[in-house]
Amino acid sequence: MTTQSCVMIQKEWDIVAARQLGREIAKKIGVGTVDQARIATAVSEIARNIYLYAGKGKVCFDVIETIDQKGILITAEDSGPGIDDLSMAMEDGFSTSGGLGAGLPGVKRLMDEFDIKSEVGQGTQIKVIKWVR
Amino acid sequence: METIKLDLKHYKELLKSYIETQDEKSLYGAEQISKSFIKNNILPEEIVNLHIQSIIELYPDLNKEIRHAMNFLLETMISYGLAHQEYQTLREKQLELKSEISIAANMQETLLATTIPNVEDLDIGVISVPAHQMNGDYHHLVKSNDGLIGIAVADVIGKGIPAALCMSMIKYSMESFPDQSMKPKAILESLNRVVERNVEAGMFITMFYALYNPTDSKLQYASAGHEPGFYYYAEQDTYNEIDAKGLVLGVSPDTNYNQYELQLHQGDMVILLTDGVTECRNNGKFIEREEVIEVIKKYAHLPAQETVNQVYKHFERLQNFQLKDDFTLIILRKNV
Repeated sequence: MTTQSCVMIQKEWDIVAARQLGREIAKKIGVGTVDQARIATAVSEIARNIYLYAGKGKVCFDVIETIDQKGILITAEDSGPGIDDLSMAMEDGFSTSGGLGAGLPGVKRLMDEFDIKSEVGQGTQIKVIKWVR
Repeated sequence: METIKLDLKHYKELLKSYIETQDEKSLYGAEQISKSFIKNNILPEEIVNLHIQSIIELYPDLNKEIRHAMNFLLETMISYGLAHQEYQTLREKQLELKSEISIAANMQETLLATTIPNVEDLDIGVISVPAHQMNGDYHHLVKSNDGLIGIAVADVIGKGIPAALCMSMIKYSMESFPDQSMKPKAILESLNRVVERNVEAGMFITMFYALYNPTDSKLQYASAGHEPGFYYYAEQDTYNEIDAKGLVLGVSPDTNYNQYELQLHQGDMVILLTDGVTECRNNGKFIEREEVIEVIKKYAHLPAQETVNQVYKHFERLQNFQLKDDFTLIILRKNV
C-alpha cells in the first residue's frame, strides 16, 4: 500500500485541489477517462459538503489492492455538526431537488463502494472506493 | 458491456459515414442508436466518451485542442448522468406507489360498495366517480327491515387518500348504528360525535342524509353543511333547492341538526349531489348551479340511472375528461 495523501478542506479552492489529486491518483493506477471524471465529481461533492456544512475537514486518498483488483479509496472526515437522519440524506431527490448537487446518493452512484458514519455534534466520516475496470 | 462494444463499432461507422456524406440515413441510424442507449441505460458521459474514442480512431491526427474540448464536454455530462439515474429510480418508485394506490382504491371500492335497493315506487340512479384513484365522496343506500330507505351522500373536504380513509370510517360508524335510530337527525348527530372524536381538526365532512318511507311517500332529511340538492316538483314542472341547514360534521361535539320533510308525488325527483358536480369548471370558470339543472332537465326523460350517466358524461366532457373533484350524483324519481 502506498502512503496516504490528504488535502485539508477549508477554503473553496481546496475543493479544486482535492479533485485534482483524486484525478491524478486515479489516472496513475489506470482508471479510464469517464471514471476519472466520476471520481473527481464524487470528491468534489464530498469536499463541498465539508466546506459548506462542517467548515473544515480533510479528504484522503489511498491506493488499495486486493488479489484481483486495484482501486482508489477516498476517506473524508470532518468534525462538523453531523447528519441527524442518514436515511433521509441518502434518499433520492432530497438534496438534488434545488439543484444543489449530486448529494450523497449521487456520490454513491459515482463510486463502487460507499460507507458513511455520522454522529450529531461530532462529525461525519465517508469512505468510498472506485475499482479500476 | 457487450452492447457498448457493439455500439462503439456501430457508432464509429455511422459517424464516419455522416462526416463523409452528411446523409439522412446515418442520422436515422443515430436516432436508432440513441434509443438503444436509453434502453440499455447508457449514461451521457459514456456516450460522449464513445464519441471521443470514435473520432480519435477515425482521425488519429485530431488536434489536441479539440481533444481537450471533448474531455471538457465529458466532465459537464457527469451531473446529467447522475440526474438521469436519479430520475430512473424515482420513476420506479412512482410506479410502485401507483400500484399500491390502485390496490388501495380497489379495496376501497369493495369496502364502500353499496347496492341500489329495489323500491317499488322509486326509480333510483347513482353515479360516483373519483377525480383521482381514490374517492373522497361517499354514498350509501340501504333498506331497513321495516322497508324504509336510507340515503346518504357525503363529501370530505379535501380529496385523495386522506379523504378516502376518512370515508371508510364513516361507513362503518353508520353500520354500527341500530336500525331504530335511522332518523336523519339522529344519524347526523351520532356521526358528528364520531367525526369530532376521531378525525383531526381541519378535516371536515359534509353529509346529507335522507330517509324515504314508501308507505306514505315522505322523505325526511337533514344536512350537515352539505351542498344543497334539488327537488323537482312534477305538477308545476319546477326545480327548487332543497333547503336544509346544519353545521359540517366534526366541528363541535354537541351540534344539533334540524330535520325536514318532503311529500313526494308521482313524477317528482330528488337530486342529491356533491360539490364535484356544482363546482365543475368550464374554461376555469365555475359553472352556475342553474346550469346543473339545465343539464339534468335535458336528460330527465330517461330512466334515473341513464339520466345520471348522461349528466356525468356531459360534465366529464366539459372538463376535458379531467375531473377536478370527486363527482357524485343521485337521482330518486317517484314513478307511481
